[in-house]
Amino acid sequence: MSEFPDDLKYAATHEWVRVEEDGSVTIGISDHAQELLGDIVFIELPEEGAVVSAKDEMSVVESVKAASDIYAPISGEVIAVNEDLADAPETMNSSPYTDGWLCRILPSNPSELEELLDADTYAGMCE
Amino acid sequence: MGQQTALYAKHLEAGAKIVDFGGWDMPIQYKSLIEEHTAVREQAGVFDVSHMTIVDIDGADAERWLRYLLANDVARLKDTGHALYTGMLNENGGVIDDLIVYRMASGFRLVVNCATREKDLAWMQSQQAGFTVTLTERPELAILAVQGPKAIDIVCRIIGQRFSSDDSASVGGLKNFYGVKLDDWFVARTGYTGENGVEIMLPNTEAPAIWDLLLDAGVKPIGLGARDTLRLEAGMNLYGHDMDESISPLSANMAWTIAWEPADRDFIGRRALEAQRQHRDTLPVLTGLVMEERGVLREGLRVECTLSDGTTQDGVITSGTFSPTLKHAIALARIPADAQQCAVDIRGKLVPVRLVKPGFVRHGKKVFS
Repeated sequence: MSEFPDDLKYAATHEWVRVEEDGSVTIGISDHAQELLGDIVFIELPEEGAVVSAKDEMSVVESVKAASDIYAPISGEVIAVNEDLADAPETMNSSPYTDGWLCRILPSNPSELEELLDADTYAGMCE
Repeated sequence: MGQQTALYAKHLEAGAKIVDFGGWDMPIQYKSLIEEHTAVREQAGVFDVSHMTIVDIDGADAERWLRYLLANDVARLKDTGHALYTGMLNENGGVIDDLIVYRMASGFRLVVNCATREKDLAWMQSQQAGFTVTLTERPELAILAVQGPKAIDIVCRIIGQRFSSDDSASVGGLKNFYGVKLDDWFVARTGYTGENGVEIMLPNTEAPAIWDLLLDAGVKPIGLGARDTLRLEAGMNLYGHDMDESISPLSANMAWTIAWEPADRDFIGRRALEAQRQHRDTLPVLTGLVMEERGVLREGLRVECTLSDGTTQDGVITSGTFSPTLKHAIALARIPADAQQCAVDIRGKLVPVRLVKPGFVRHGKKVFS
């Protein structure tokens, strides 16, 4: 069964968001998403410094089975990227909520967080 | 809910993710496609392929009929148990299905694809006029493909326990594309992975116990996902993707399966193929593509080909994947025969690819240069 940690917010397009103490947000894909994709073999990482808008494509994840877009769950500037994923994309499968994080964004409009789903709502959607 | 093989409960027990495959509930993968793929390349894996259709052909005209029905020539099968791969073509030379035919002590055994079962049987029945043949489906048999460098040794040990040491030795001594009947089992040195291995047809009632023995011996269960990456690395076609009724075997890397000789053997599709053969250099070809940069080649992607006169013409990827063995993308593509250079359109970006003969990995090793 997929895990849906309570302390995260989720987008309907299967990204998760964690609000950090400094106001930035960390982003990744959900356990459910990585299970659907299967073995991940390449990740087109977003670029540090890029400015993204909520719901825009920001990255592409390729598994053996399929290519899947990752959408920015929130608008802002990309301030850090998980470069380890370039050599070890499978980390996104093995620990989607910790070591497999994708990037950190400094939100330009934190009120967009209100539009994201809580764990229960997102889990219900994935059933 | 779809049809289930005799091993359905065993798949669930092994943690399989089940999908619909041609009306059957089949395991797409257990834990990880890449781990399953690697197990077959380095150790041994077992595939439940019981969804495939076994048809036994008997009757006074069995051989004469198959020589008419199939593009390859079953008269080439001199020994009991010998097998060949062939297309079954329509009058236009299009591929209705690809299949393996075994010569049995009396008659022949065909193994055809699951998704094409109904049209195959309807076609075979429609071509029987003037021949004394009987077709018998064998749904009471399961099929286990055991593949990988350790597969034959492990199967021989199990055969030794179930039958006798003589039977074990006869399985161990099988040449490629030969099979042997042991009571109501049939064990053949065939497969769809590019590794050594066997395919075992055995009663449904015995299949779960043999599955358990295989797993106890360290053989890993392999889903349809890894079956696809393994066959594609081996450069083997998948019906409905790399060829279908609109495609000539000459454009599907299947020219080697057409038995032109003897010239007086009339088989369905022969006339159309002979006409195509007259202008063969204008027919598209199925070739291998290799892309070593990041990214994955996928079925349906456009291939922009530069011809020798400098003009461009499009081809298409018919099967593509990330190769778990080679760690980069590979594909089969149908392209103009004259293509000199190719690039694949990946999300609007043209990425150059290398053309190679279809066939990327054999016995665990890269085979192209």
